Amino acid sequence: MATYFLRKVLYAIPSLLGISFIIFAILSLAPGDPLAEFGANPEVPAEVRENIKKSLGLDQPWPVRYVKWLGTLSQGEFGFSFAARRPVTDLLSQRLPQTLMVVGVAYIIALLIAIPVGVLSAARPNSAASHIVSLITMVGISLPTFLTGLILILVFSVELGILPMIYDTNIKLDSLDGWGKQIKQSLMPIAVLALFNAGAMTRFVRSAMLENLPADYVRTARAKGLSEWSVIIKHALRNSLIPVVTLIAINLPGVFTGAIITEQIFRVNGIGELLVTSVQKSDTPVVMAIVFIYAVLVVASQLVADVVYGVLDPRIKFA
Amino acid sequence: MSNKRLVSFFSLTAAASMLLAACGQAAPTAAPTAPTAAPAKPTEAAKPAATAVPAQPTAAPKPAGKRGAGDTVRILYWQAPTILNAHLAAGTKDFDAARLILEPLAGIGAEGVPVPALAAEIPTVANGGVSKDLTTVTWKLRKDVKWSDGTPFTADDVVFTYTYCADAATACATASSFAGIKSVEAVDPSTVKVTFATPTTNPYRIFVSTQGYILQKKQFGACIGAKASTDSACQAANNAPIGTGPYKLKDFKSGDTVLYSINDMYRDPDKPFFKEVLFKGGGDATSAARAAFQTGDTDYAWNLQVEWAVLDQLAKTGGKAVLVNTPGANVERIMFQAADISPEAGDKRGEPDTKHPFFQDKKVRQALAMAIDRKTMAEQLYGQTGDPTCELITTDPFISPSKVYGGIRKCEPDIEGAKKLLDEAGWKPGADGIRVKDGKKLKVTFNTSTNTLRQKEQALVKDAWAAIGVDTELKNVSATVFFSTDAANNDTTGKFFNDVQMYTNNYSQPDPTDYLCDFTTAQISAKANAWRGPNNIRYSNPDYDKLCTALRSESDDAKRKDIVLKMNDLLITDAFVVPLISRKRVSAIAKDLKGVKGTPWDSEMWDIADWSK
Repeated sequence: MATYFLRKVLYAIPSLLGISFIIFAILSLAPGDPLAEFGANPEVPAEVRENIKKSLGLDQPWPVRYVKWLGTLSQGEFGFSFAARRPVTDLLSQRLPQTLMVVGVAYIIALLIAIPVGVLSAARPNSAASHIVSLITMVGISLPTFLTGLILILVFSVELGILPMIYDTNIKLDSLDGWGKQIKQSLMPIAVLALFNAGAMTRFVRSAMLENLPADYVRTARAKGLSEWSVIIKHALRNSLIPVVTLIAINLPGVFTGAIITEQIFRVNGIGELLVTSVQKSDTPVVMAIVFIYAVLVVASQLVADVVYGVLDPRIKFA
Repeated sequence: MSNKRLVSFFSLTAAASMLLAACGQAAPTAAPTAPTAAPAKPTEAAKPAATAVPAQPTAAPKPAGKRGAGDTVRILYWQAPTILNAHLAAGTKDFDAARLILEPLAGIGAEGVPVPALAAEIPTVANGGVSKDLTTVTWKLRKDVKWSDGTPFTADDVVFTYTYCADAATACATASSFAGIKSVEAVDPSTVKVTFATPTTNPYRIFVSTQGYILQKKQFGACIGAKASTDSACQAANNAPIGTGPYKLKDFKSGDTVLYSINDMYRDPDKPFFKEVLFKGGGDATSAARAAFQTGDTDYAWNLQVEWAVLDQLAKTGGKAVLVNTPGANVERIMFQAADISPEAGDKRGEPDTKHPFFQDKKVRQALAMAIDRKTMAEQLYGQTGDPTCELITTDPFISPSKVYGGIRKCEPDIEGAKKLLDEAGWKPGADGIRVKDGKKLKVTFNTSTNTLRQKEQALVKDAWAAIGVDTELKNVSATVFFSTDAANNDTTGKFFNDVQMYTNNYSQPDPTDYLCDFTTAQISAKANAWRGPNNIRYSNPDYDKLCTALRSESDDAKRKDIVLKMNDLLITDAFVVPLISRKRVSAIAKDLKGVKGTPWDSEMWDIADWSK
């Protein structure tokens, strides 16, 4: 098994390099100017902008800049952001807590909703509960997050006025009051994301269960006289969870960047929002850093999924 | 079984369609994101003999409470500040976020008159602060100012700020205001003497308003040159500058929020009123408007570039804020290309010595300008946030903002007159209604930035031109491309390989000398300067050039006003530049927030020390 993973890691390195090269090429060749904000500002004439670009190293051809970026990367750094003039790692470490707090928690809640709901709707296939679940999951998947976000804002912030619509990152979590405020402002973005993710996951859990419930071993368990609860949870669910766990592992990197729209609507300073604004501002170092980290996480999560699958299913052997 | 399935299928569809119908009215219109020209160039020539300025920092009434009597005031920008050293700013938001901490020697109020901040008084020729030959300015600094770390503010800090940005390797965004200076010296700890390389009619173009924040020499002393951005100590300083302003930095999350607390060393012991300021950035303008008007989640929402129909509705239905429109120098204008930009011109494409096939004919330009209905455009698309304008210069003392439409000249739409002019110019309507001359159709490409408001303006213009027989091809490119200096891209404002383009430009100090002189022959954008010249319409008029030279050396106020108006008139009658809308700065201010005095000549945060509730 060790050689299996070593091989996978070694194969991953050239693909990561290839990914970074392609992204860098696209970002450099695409039109766009990190100083376009000053575009129609006569106080910052074109010569001044060119001078600033020179100081940022943007007057060099992009292959040269790519090699320099690789050099910085090999020293474990990602360079510095054009807009903030500070190391990219600073920006990322500032945003990681918020990302985990909002997007991570939403992901966990989505799981906590999806598994019981999926199991329930698989165990009682034609009941009213099952149909309601199907309806809600379909709504959850089909309504885009900017729409659900806006609906929630209109209902809870504008009409009812009970939840704040702007996320305040300066709340100190050292008192009950602080925690109360944090929960209040996180409710809407987490709800939006959880609904979206839960929809897809519920259906997945449901179909995995539906595959397992008609199996012979389930019939045997029932014939042995075990309670329905035991049959479903201790026997069927355990086997159904194997593909679900691998799905979770593979989707995990999405937590890192996956809430772009929700973060923008609620003004949560997550990494997704940083990615979008950096692309818009042509802040190449930040985009490269985020994309590269995301690629590494994807590779890593594939490996983790393989491991977990192998551990959970004793039939799997690593060649 | 099938009945049940039918029932569940229909109930699903019914519920889904009810949900979607309810969502129909919730769809937001995309907020226009045109980057308007914020402060424009600190040009030569303001009035050196300015009338006596008020002695106190602002004319606002004193706030009701004492220092720190208020809670937190919340400010919302839809672009987040990313750096707090304004000299390395990436946009207006950085200048504004820094203004709470850093201050210039003087700000400029709505009347266009400098207001002392760190200076004790405004130097003028009358009080001897400006030398009679207009080559030196001597600023007397306040003696009671301390930096927030307790050290005294002295002339050395002012001199240092000059040295910092005069070094090209520092790559200051404010570099142009520090150009053309021979020396800046500290005559004594509270006097600074600035010597210009040539006599200048605008002594306030350095150390004033957004381009002139003073940095602490002790903090930034080792940060001159490339180190300003790369050295880690300097990066830390850029993100936590020490200042003389009413607030000091408490916490900064780049690209998200800035949290400020009161600067105990601030020179006015009764100010500021608010204990803390929360400056939040991100999101879009429409939701910012919503937060101000409908939910009261913010006290100050900046630059609401939202379609008037939406903004009006939000302002009327939400009762928590007031829409404040500050008139200024921002003019949305259409520009006609003077050079030949057809691909057939090859290497000479867009070069200043070529002639545009039909825009060289003044009658054609005037006809196209005549056909546009500015009033309808302003009413429909801008509402209170913009007025129609026939003039390029829209501010006092040259033209009263109320007179830029229907004042000095009328520019009501005149379709028949436009048709007549085109007929006279030899353009006869063809079979399809499009005018033809010598076998060529009167067809134009019209480019602007991607922005729903601008696209609607384009549609109105296209209709107007269709009525007089001109075929318009509308184009738009993303704002980051449109306003970039990419020499390879044909659709940037500088390269302007199109027939017509439209955007907003302005002048940032009350005197528009540099702005007007940007249209001279010497400033033409061409291949030789990688299309970076500000005169992107390739306008060349020797009479205009002469007026610019005269303006740069004229110091008498009445004569200056005369020349400025002449230059404005020449540009308008030559019709290469067609002003459309005088755009105002639009912000939403909470109903209970007092003391906010807007000015087009300075940062929107310039008077935050005076705000109160």
